[in-house]
Amino acid sequence: MSTRPFASFGTINAMPRAEETHPLTWRLRDDGAMVALDEYRDKHGYEGAKNALDMKGDDISELVKDAGLKGRGGAGFPAGVKWSLTAKGEEMPRGYVVCNADEMEPNTYKDRMLMEQMPHLLIEGMIISALANNAFRGYIFLRGEYHDAAASIERALAEAREAGILGTSVLGSEFDFDIFLHTGAGRYICGEETALINSLEGRRANPRSKPPFPGQSGAWGKPTVVNNVETLCNAPPILYHGKAWYLGLALEGSDDGGTKLFGFTGQIKNPGLWELPLGTTAREIFEDYAQGMKDGYRLKAWQPGGAGTGFLLPEHLSAQMCSNGIADVGTRMGTGLSLAVDHTVNMVSLLRNMEEFFARESCGWCTPCRDGLPWTVKLLRSLERGEGEQGDIEILEELTGKLGPGKTFCAHAPGAVEPLASAIQYFRDEFEQGISHPRRAAHAEPIPVGSI
Amino acid sequence: MTQPTSLIASDRARPEFDMHDEDRHAIEHEMSHYENPRAASIGALKIVQKRHGWVPDGAIYAISDILGIPSSDVEGVATFYSLIFRQPVGRHVILLCDSMTCYIDGYEAVKEALARQLGIQMGQTTEDGRFTLLPVCCLGNCDKGPAMMVDEDIHGPVTPDNVMQLLETYS
Repeated sequence: MSTRPFASFGTINAMPRAEETHPLTWRLRDDGAMVALDEYRDKHGYEGAKNALDMKGDDISELVKDAGLKGRGGAGFPAGVKWSLTAKGEEMPRGYVVCNADEMEPNTYKDRMLMEQMPHLLIEGMIISALANNAFRGYIFLRGEYHDAAASIERALAEAREAGILGTSVLGSEFDFDIFLHTGAGRYICGEETALINSLEGRRANPRSKPPFPGQSGAWGKPTVVNNVETLCNAPPILYHGKAWYLGLALEGSDDGGTKLFGFTGQIKNPGLWELPLGTTAREIFEDYAQGMKDGYRLKAWQPGGAGTGFLLPEHLSAQMCSNGIADVGTRMGTGLSLAVDHTVNMVSLLRNMEEFFARESCGWCTPCRDGLPWTVKLLRSLERGEGEQGDIEILEELTGKLGPGKTFCAHAPGAVEPLASAIQYFRDEFEQGISHPRRAAHAEPIPVGSI
Repeated sequence: MTQPTSLIASDRARPEFDMHDEDRHAIEHEMSHYENPRAASIGALKIVQKRHGWVPDGAIYAISDILGIPSSDVEGVATFYSLIFRQPVGRHVILLCDSMTCYIDGYEAVKEALARQLGIQMGQTTEDGRFTLLPVCCLGNCDKGPAMMVDEDIHGPVTPDNVMQLLETYS
């Protein structure tokens, strides 16, 4: 294990925090070290799971649904609804709870903090999810580069087994459940839930055709629920304090309950990570917590939550950070960790960088994604060099439709073209500046398939 | 009397590989975590790579024998994942984050400085076998970009001025 002091995540270990208002971070230590089992239990740890053990699985799902917990991995699907759709019953085999800890969305560093410092909160969340979904085993699918998180999780799993929290008799009950850590070996696509299941099974991480959804037939054909780290970490406080309290944590105007780990990065004064109520305005996060742009930099655009979300303008900072608040301004909250684009950044160059990433990370299974994304790269590279031709922007716009939702097996390509569509919408003049040739005069070289 | 020569190309071509006992046990332990041994394929490749620095051809066959799955499946997995190396790499692997946040924070200048100072491009290894330079998805260190991982250590913010100093500790 690295001896590096826990020095990231901005100043999250120095923020004022309380149990009533900060369910995810109130237990964090000032020194940023992992909260071990004794300390976690002293601070009401595993009390939520004990409550869940006295409930029926469907009632747990119902409670989580009523509390307004939405998935924190980017898609924002209501967690309790997902749990209620898992196939259960006498004739169904008990299945799996898989924690999606493959945090690779560009500009996202929230799950890493939770796993390094609060692994017991995640384990408790997985126990609750297992009770709701009638699962007999859990896997934490952790990206291979998160070595410190792996060390914390392994230590916490050992502590939990030793204390009888995991195993044949969870917390002294009749319920048996254990969790294993599964570490990955790269590739962004593993974060897509069915690709993640294929990877867990030891296969190439191609997404699966849906239906069937994992809740019906997931890992090894058994009912499988895949939840993000932060989503699972919200279950224990809901089970301990109840839905009214949880709903009340969010601000007026938010359809989602609870708090969220928000962040802001880029050329700003105080990049970091903060637990705040859902419904907090992006302006408050940007100005009060991130403290605005560095001297000499102006905010040109911002992205609310990861590479797969659309760009917004400074005027959109008045939007509330919650699923409905960001939908109102035309995109998705995604992971909720925002990126400031400053006035020195050319949007064509930035999109070229982003589409190179998306093209490289395409698994290659379906045609629109495999061939369309390298095409966007080719067009953006020529526009960046000032060697585009008439009609290039129109082709890019056409591709944003043809690679959009419903055209592919998974959300990779739709996520790749959402920022592109919004960049063209708001900054079309920058794309037009790259055009210097009449139609059919420029693109002699082939589309760079396989060489990105 | 001589043994009949195999006509099956894969048998003839099958290179020697001595699976370390400790690694075999570690792979078997991994297998016990899943309801199908195939699930340990990525873990097995990582176990071999930890010892050898990369995954030689013979290891693909050895792993397929242990897991009881075709060697082509093991190779399919080995070549899919970016952190499994099917050719020798340097003693230290540099993973340089090229996500949009690090791009905004100045990643391209760091990449150019590394290329100039080490004399290699992305995907290449220095002549002395010390470093291999690879791109990587967001390392989750975005409040301290540009981010770079060397072996298991994360660094940031990395600049063209401090990057070579950071690398000095890796001999």
